[in-house]
Amino acid sequence: MTEYLLSVHNAEGDHPDVDAEVTPEMLKAYQQVDGFNADLTASGAWVFAGGLHPPTTSTVVSVSDGQTLVTDGPFTESKEHLGGFWIIDVDDLDVALDWARRASEACMAPVEVRPFQGA
Amino acid sequence: MTPPAGTPPRLTTAGDLAQIFRAEHGRVVATLIRVFGSIDLAEDAAQEAFVAAVQRWPTDGVPPNPGAWLTTTARNRAIDRLRRESTRVTRQREAMSMIPTEVDEPEPAGAVADDRLRLIFTCCHPALAVDARVALTLRLLGGLTTGEIAAGFLVSETTMAQRITRAKKKIAAARIPYRVPADHELPARVPAVLAALYLIFNEGYLSSSPETPLRHDLSSEAIRLARVLVEVMPDEPEAVGLLGLMLLIDARRSTRVNEGMLVPLPDQDRARWDSDLIAEGHLLVRACLRRNAPGPYQLLAAVNAVHTDAATSDDTDWRQILALYDQLLALTPHPIVALNRAIAVGEIRGAAAALKLVDTLMLEGYHPWHASRADLLRRLDRNAEAAEAYRRGIDLVTNTAERAYLQMRLDQLPRR
Repeated sequence: MTEYLLSVHNAEGDHPDVDAEVTPEMLKAYQQVDGFNADLTASGAWVFAGGLHPPTTSTVVSVSDGQTLVTDGPFTESKEHLGGFWIIDVDDLDVALDWARRASEACMAPVEVRPFQGA
Repeated sequence: MTPPAGTPPRLTTAGDLAQIFRAEHGRVVATLIRVFGSIDLAEDAAQEAFVAAVQRWPTDGVPPNPGAWLTTTARNRAIDRLRRESTRVTRQREAMSMIPTEVDEPEPAGAVADDRLRLIFTCCHPALAVDARVALTLRLLGGLTTGEIAAGFLVSETTMAQRITRAKKKIAAARIPYRVPADHELPARVPAVLAALYLIFNEGYLSSSPETPLRHDLSSEAIRLARVLVEVMPDEPEAVGLLGLMLLIDARRSTRVNEGMLVPLPDQDRARWDSDLIAEGHLLVRACLRRNAPGPYQLLAAVNAVHTDAATSDDTDWRQILALYDQLLALTPHPIVALNRAIAVGEIRGAAAALKLVDTLMLEGYHPWHASRADLLRRLDRNAEAAEAYRRGIDLVTNTAERAYLQMRLDQLPRR
């Protein structure tokens, strides 16, 4: 078995603000993701999953020469950012890609599949 | 050097051996990857088996089943290597239990065919970049060296070695499975395999290389791999179609370039076309027709069957070619297909009708579009526009034989 990270890439503006109203589109995605999570758990492939607040809420901590520097995030300014992720444990890449296809369908955004080391 | 009279003929020449190795490489490596689960170990062991054959076959003679001999030898070499390594790391007992026992029995033929099929699908997995699929297929199934592949695709050996290493690492780390896809997955997976082989063939047939207009080794390799694919997937009509297409194009190989200049189809010496390849290609096209499950490669093969069926260029059945392109365009609505269809229209309804169609296509960056427009404009005596179109084509084309042809056409245009 191998563990894979399934990360959701949101484009800039796609990610709802903390206090944004829930649009019907978002509600639909939430419901679909709930259904997907239930299927993933039932199959035994579920390890961990979570959705993230937007990058405007992030803070970066770095230590250099014993000095700790805390700065307002995000770490990199980019058009795409991590919106959420799943960690799944499955036999091989084909199985992982099939879950990724269903995940992308559910959350309506591209999903990147990456294997964990040492699994 | 010719051996002196009276010397007994040697059992194997270096050329014979190279041919056997290339033919058997995919078989040996595919089986070893299944047994040991490591591409690198399989490749190294296969190499050692080939070295052993070079040492022994010239004196002992070629064994009756060279593939089985090479597989068994490679497998035993791999086991030796695993034993040595497991001793070194003092984990002998654990590792030994994973090592299969030494074998002398050849694999049953069916299992071997399945191994090669597994290998093709792994090499052409959609999770790999297209250039990596092509390189891995040539390396693992074709038995070409990294240097040969690099030369074929005009990149440095270092670049090609990195590309192959990266792809092999991804297969291992991301666990790309070593498996023939299930029936329901095949429609999504077979096209990538066929596309990789067609890409290899086309690079050989009309190379983008500025120096060598044709690279026969790549075309021949693609045909050999397509034969393997048809052998292991006889029920896949598009695989049969692709092989037929390659054979019918390759049959015209020796007439396509003359003194460094491309010779277009109507001007080729049909007597010099390879009649054996044409006969085999026609047989495959007829087999596809009987199956009646047309796909893009089968339709292109059928177009080439019509071309190679005509005794002279004037005898070409353009109506049938147009009907095939109509079908192809419905299946794959791509402007390049529409361009080829327009050329057939031009042969039936004249250059003006064809030009009207060609001008609707958005193919400004594609040199054959300019070349086709130029030809149609020339036939309509619109010479200034034709000259401009030839120049645009010459600017874009990378193949020297094609450029020479377009330049000649440009030079031959009547001046006002």
